[in-house]
Amino acid sequence: MSSDAKAVVPLGHVVIRFAGDSGDGMQLTGDRFTSETAGLGNDLSTLPDFPAEIRAPAGTLPGVSAFQLHFADHDIMTPGDRPDVLVAMNPAALKANLKDLRAGSTLIVNTDEFTKRNIEKVDYAANPLDDGSLDSYDVHQIGLTSMTVEALAGFDITKKDAGRAKNMFALGLLCWLYSRSTEGTIDFLKAKFAKKPEILAANIAAFEAGWSFGETTESFSVRYEVKPAPMRAGLYRNITGNPALAYGLIAASQQSGLPLFLGSYPITPASDILHELSKHKNFGVVTFQAEDEIAGIGAALGAAYGGALAVTATSGPGIALKSETIGLAVSLELPLIVVDVQRGGPSTGLPTKTEQADLLQAMFGRNGEAPVPIVAPRSPGDCFDAALEAARIAVTYRTPVLLLSDGYLANGSEPWAVPDATTLPVIEPAFATEPNHDGEFWPYLRDPETLARPWAVPGTAGLEHRIGGLEKADGTGNISYDPDNHEHMVRLRQAKVDAIARSIGPLEVDDPSGEARVLVLGWGSTYGPIGAACRAVRAEGGQVAHAHLRHLNPFPANTAEVLRAYDRVIIPEMNLGQLALLIRGRFLVDAIGYNQVRGMPFTSEELATTITDVIESL
Amino acid sequence: MTAADLPMPGLALVPRTDEKQSAKDFKTDQEVRWCPGCGDYAILAAVQGFLPELGLRKENIVFVSGIGCSSRFPYYMDTFGMHSIHGRAPAIATGLALTRPDLSVWVITGDGDALSIGGNHLIHALRRNVNLKILLFNNRIYGLTKGQYSPTSETGKVTKSTPLGSLDHSFNPVSLALGAEASFVARTMDSDRKHLTEVLRRAAAHEGTALVEIMQNCNIFNDGAWESLKDSETSDDRMIRLEDGQPVVFGKDASKAVVRGADGHIVVANTADVDDWEIIHYDSHADDPGLAFALSRLADVHSLDNTAVGVFRDVQRPAYDRMVREQVASVRANGEGDLQALLQGKDTWTVH
Ligand code: SF4
Repeated sequence: MSSDAKAVVPLGHVVIRFAGDSGDGMQLTGDRFTSETAGLGNDLSTLPDFPAEIRAPAGTLPGVSAFQLHFADHDIMTPGDRPDVLVAMNPAALKANLKDLRAGSTLIVNTDEFTKRNIEKVDYAANPLDDGSLDSYDVHQIGLTSMTVEALAGFDITKKDAGRAKNMFALGLLCWLYSRSTEGTIDFLKAKFAKKPEILAANIAAFEAGWSFGETTESFSVRYEVKPAPMRAGLYRNITGNPALAYGLIAASQQSGLPLFLGSYPITPASDILHELSKHKNFGVVTFQAEDEIAGIGAALGAAYGGALAVTATSGPGIALKSETIGLAVSLELPLIVVDVQRGGPSTGLPTKTEQADLLQAMFGRNGEAPVPIVAPRSPGDCFDAALEAARIAVTYRTPVLLLSDGYLANGSEPWAVPDATTLPVIEPAFATEPNHDGEFWPYLRDPETLARPWAVPGTAGLEHRIGGLEKADGTGNISYDPDNHEHMVRLRQAKVDAIARSIGPLEVDDPSGEARVLVLGWGSTYGPIGAACRAVRAEGGQVAHAHLRHLNPFPANTAEVLRAYDRVIIPEMNLGQLALLIRGRFLVDAIGYNQVRGMPFTSEELATTITDVIESL
Repeated sequence: MTAADLPMPGLALVPRTDEKQSAKDFKTDQEVRWCPGCGDYAILAAVQGFLPELGLRKENIVFVSGIGCSSRFPYYMDTFGMHSIHGRAPAIATGLALTRPDLSVWVITGDGDALSIGGNHLIHALRRNVNLKILLFNNRIYGLTKGQYSPTSETGKVTKSTPLGSLDHSFNPVSLALGAEASFVARTMDSDRKHLTEVLRRAAAHEGTALVEIMQNCNIFNDGAWESLKDSETSDDRMIRLEDGQPVVFGKDASKAVVRGADGHIVVANTADVDDWEIIHYDSHADDPGLAFALSRLADVHSLDNTAVGVFRDVQRPAYDRMVREQVASVRANGEGDLQALLQGKDTWTVH
């Protein structure tokens, strides 16, 4: 039977989840499928979900690693609530993921791994493949391992190595099923295994065998096609949040003329920022892997003092350790970008899972009145713009800035319209070069508009001065214990952060009908799920408005006005109501919290129900 | 000629001035607020007195300190300065020195600041060998918090926090620094201006991290902690002055000598009882820090007998900051980064 004989069914959108053991190469498989999908011009959104352990015992539930991809012929906002297709490489993967599957969904299982031992390992009473428990799904039982081994019989590799290529077989099959092209993957394999020709040939053969199997097997009677999504004309690539954030920092360095310095300590899920920046020394980037989190930010602050665009990148536990130095940066009033890629907490928590529960830590986690501006990206690609914005605020206002990303943004991906580097905003460091007060230099004499103090870097003749964490007199910067001066300085530092609101755009509201009475207010990575939920509500005839905060400190100047324009405000967050607490405290708005802390982005389905309930209660 | 061949490799990239400087040029208008009689005054005067001889542009000198009495030091130096937070000065100074090779960066710290709360940063700075000069004022007490024992206090010390005597075993800063792979380690005394200046001179010239322990008197909370080394009656008998190329002898009329004992350890013997060839000759440039370490261990924590002073170790090892700059420069030599190319990456598609 040739492929022409199988009908091609058009689909609007598909959610596929690849799930297997940590060692099964599911992230790679997902990445490759994503690349092919991006190349076809579909809109897409991905969600890798992997365990904290590098290799948990094989075949166990904690060892399951998954990659979910949502692609469509239209604009989509999330990696999808539930998979339409689940590829389960073993019983553990099936057990861990089946609950997310709707009846009727497609299930592709690797029967070779459904051995008695593997079934018992995950406490299945009987083999789920033949006890009828999967009857409500469209199950395709395929011996992925054995077929791969068979396809590679002629190769001079061990049976074990041959079996390892089963992910390529699965990828080939899925590429056939969804009419993805194969060249990209073959090029990728060629580059990856350039030095191992035998392994390269085996992987290509496994990939092609998977494809051919789709064509010939009776198991699949149709294949599918998802047409390209209409997108604004331009050049696109797929991008993940951490690299996007790193690129934003490099761009900020270029746009400000300041050398980029990263002081960091490895921590999940922020380490990729360190990895990425360490690859770009050709931009003059200096990355410093410090002895601990405190030294990471300490070195960054030292570099900032010397006139660098200084950054430290970490996750919540690292922020806890850096708090004192952030406080020092507030007192010194030096530019510093502090990246927090949030993960599940408290304490070590869920290192590889996402959460938004560091907002109040970012806002208040220091001794004394130590206001710090907060910027949060909303999508993987938006990490680029958010990093540029954090740098703008840090440099312009001489202040540490917290950039609150999260594990989902860090590892999730989406198509990204490649920015034109020539149109990026310019950041002006405006170093102090001359005495500013009757022939003297006063390090705390402020710009009347921004309230920023001068940035006078060592090496500038005549501007020698001393700064420190002790309270200082307004203007001269000399140590001062004067009560009135302290009151004045505390208010000044707050006023400086408040003044940033004048430099940021208004909070925009997405309310297509203009008749919504319910506003959903979000921040950070919930942008996708909230947006998708609002669309779902509107599709059912409901009226709802969505506003999403990029700046959490200070809030945009029109925030109060926006909030008051609606009868109800819902605030969905992956925490127990941290933004809601700020909004209530600040604006006396009786916001309704919608909170989930499952380590996963929340599903838009449930949120849509909540929104509809609130609308109907009016 | 590379920087390391210059007489002052540690300062090779720091701009010089032709203007004549004096100690006065390094004084600020801030009132010095240490207790009268504090050893810190002598150190401040020695540093202000010695800097002019380096002939550096003042604006290219930075003092970074942590927290403690000694850490007020930057406020009194008319250079750039940062009084930071407890224990973190080596980390902050590392970032500064890494990015600004044109600066002479000094860290001012104390025994609590460097060895207790900031111990981790200290050892890692030493191991990396960043171009920093760390002056550790060791008064064996917490002064600013009004008299608790410190990590260099002798066991049994009665203080506000240890009314029955401290139980902690102490650090020997020189031993610690040598164990932390330091390339330059010295010990000197606040009140010995000549010795202190000589040590500062060698530290400044060194490229890499230099640790200088300065035995400093806190006359309020630990008065006389180093007295037996200062008292002219007793000091000669107790203090070993290390001098390169010289036999290690001390005491009145060089009556004591440091020799290898039968088991290979070094011991103090009567010079009269040993042959000349048995006496150890000192070489701070020796690759192996073993002898320097052994000499640092001779000191008795309580009596201070056999306390060696001078430069224990002064070896050339590539400075971390220089290697970082060279790595970046070698990559840039193959082509500067192109932002548009970076943003584009390898896999793009065009929507028409
Ligand atoms: S408490 Fe001691 S160390 Fe501190 S200033 Fe007074 S005398 Fe000096």
